Amino acid sequence: MEGWDPSTKSTLTQIPLLGTKAGPRDGAGWTQRLKEEYKALIAYTQMNKSNDNDWFRISAANPEGTRWTGKCWYVHNLLKYEFDLQFDIPVTYPATAPELELPQLDGKTQKMYRGGKICLTVHFKPLWAKNCPRFGIAHALCLGLAPWLAAEVPILVDSGMIKHKDDAPSSNES
Amino acid sequence: MLVQRGREVGEMEAELKEMLDDLESLGRSLPDPSRNASIDKLRSRVKHLSELAKFAPVHRSKVKDMSAEVVDSNPYSRLMALQRMGIVENYERIREYSVAIVGIGGVGSVAAEMLTRCGVGRLLLYDYDKVELANMNRLFFRPEQVGMTKTDAAVQTLSDINPDVVLESYTLNITTVQGFETFISSLKNKSFRPDKEGSGVDLVLSCVDNYEARMVVNQACNELNQTWMESGVSEDAVSGHIQLLIPGETACFACAPPLVVASGVDERTLKREGVCAASLPTTMGVIAGLLVQNTLKFLLKFGHVSPYLGYNSLKDYFPTMEMRPNPQCANAACLERQATNLTGLCL
Repeated sequence: MEGWDPSTKSTLTQIPLLGTKAGPRDGAGWTQRLKEEYKALIAYTQMNKSNDNDWFRISAANPEGTRWTGKCWYVHNLLKYEFDLQFDIPVTYPATAPELELPQLDGKTQKMYRGGKICLTVHFKPLWAKNCPRFGIAHALCLGLAPWLAAEVPILVDSGMIKHKDDAPSSNES
Repeated sequence: MLVQRGREVGEMEAELKEMLDDLESLGRSLPDPSRNASIDKLRSRVKHLSELAKFAPVHRSKVKDMSAEVVDSNPYSRLMALQRMGIVENYERIREYSVAIVGIGGVGSVAAEMLTRCGVGRLLLYDYDKVELANMNRLFFRPEQVGMTKTDAAVQTLSDINPDVVLESYTLNITTVQGFETFISSLKNKSFRPDKEGSGVDLVLSCVDNYEARMVVNQACNELNQTWMESGVSEDAVSGHIQLLIPGETACFACAPPLVVASGVDERTLKREGVCAASLPTTMGVIAGLLVQNTLKFLLKFGHVSPYLGYNSLKDYFPTMEMRPNPQCANAACLERQATNLTGLCL
C-alpha cells in the first residue's frame, strides 16, 4: 500500500472483501459475485455516510449486472460538483478492473482517456492484480475514483473548465 | 487493363476538353484582339487542369491469380520474386490466409497496410475509436479522415491500395461482454475457407494499447486454442516488443506479461497511448514491421519465427527470449491448453 494517503488506506481496509472469483460469463458464479459486490458497496456507502462523506450512488443498469450507472460528487470551496458515473464490467473481470468513466468531463482534462475514462495512478493496477478476486467495485471507487476527484476537480474548477451548476447557464449572457 | 479510370475522372477530362474548345472559338470570334492575352492565359490554365486531372484517383481492378511476370502493371511481381530467389516456397498461399488485427492504431493500421500490400487473403479489423488530429504524428491515417471510425477509414484506404484483400471491419469494444461475443464468433466464422481446421483465422495480431484489452485477446485465444502475436510500444515511445503466443505451448499473456520480464516494469502500470502517453511514428513503424515480418514467416513458413523480440531504441538493443507456460497461471483456459498439450505429447 505504498503511495496511498492514510485516510484512503484506512477506508479501504474497512470495505468488506469479496470471495468469489467469477466474471460476467460465469453464470451462477457471477450471480454470487454480484451479491458480494452489492454487499461491499452498501457497507462502503454506509461507512461514508457515517463519516459525513457520502460521495456516490451506483447500481447495475441491466439485469446481467454488466453495465453500471450512477452519480458521484465532490465538494470544493463549499460547492458541490456532481457528475454522471458509468462503467462496463470487462469480460476478464475480476482479473482486470472496470474502467471508470465520467462522460461529462471527456476532453476537459489530460488525466482522462477518450470516452471519459479516468487515468488511474501507477499504484492502482498492481494493487488490484495482487488482490484479485478480493477487490470489487467498491474498492475500485475508493482507490481509483475518490483520489482522482480529489486531485482533478479543484484543478478543473480553478481553471474554469467546469462551472458550478448555479452559475453555469445564463451568467455570461448579459 | 489493371488500372481502371474512374467514371468521374473521364467526365472531368471531357468537360475540360470542351472548355478548351469553347475558349478557342471564343478567342477567334472576339473582335478586340487586346483580349486575346487573357484568353490565352485562361487556356493555359485549363490545360494545366487537364494535366492534373490525369493524376486524379484511379482504382485498379481485382487480380484473379498472382502472376510472377515482371511488368510495371503487376502489383505482385516483386513479392512473387521471393519464390524465385528461394526465400518462400509458395508465396501465393498468402491468399488463403486470414489475419485478425485487434486495435487499428499506430501499430495495427501500419500492420494492416503491410499485409494488404503483401496481398493477404482476408483481414479482420477491430477498433471502437475514431480518427483524431492527435493521431497524425503516427502513420497511415490522413487529416481528412478525422471523425471517421478507424475501421471505416482503414477500409477506405486499404481497399484502394489492394482490392484483392477481403476486408471485414468490426467497430466494437472487445472488453465488453457483447463485444467479446461478436469478437469470438467472428474469429470462429469459417465461410472464407470452410475446410480450414480450428478457427476461421490463421493468426490474431494484438495491436491494442492497454493491459485490459490484451488480457481479453489472451482470453479469446486461449479459449479458441488460437495462435496469436502480441505487440506493444512503451508509454515513453522509445521501446517496444513483439511476442508469439501459442496456447499451452508458450507462456500466455496472463502467465507472464512481457514487459515485466523485459524491463522490470510492471505491464499493469503502463499508461495507454493517447492523452496519457507519448508516441513516435518511428518506434510504431519499427514494431509494426517486426510484427508483420514475424507474421509472414509464420504464415509462409520461412526463416525463424521469433517467440519474443524486444526493441530498445535508446540503445538499439534487440533482446530475444523464449517463455514456457506458467503451471500456476491464473487463467483457467491457459491451464486447460497446457493440460491438452501435455497429453498430446509422447512422454
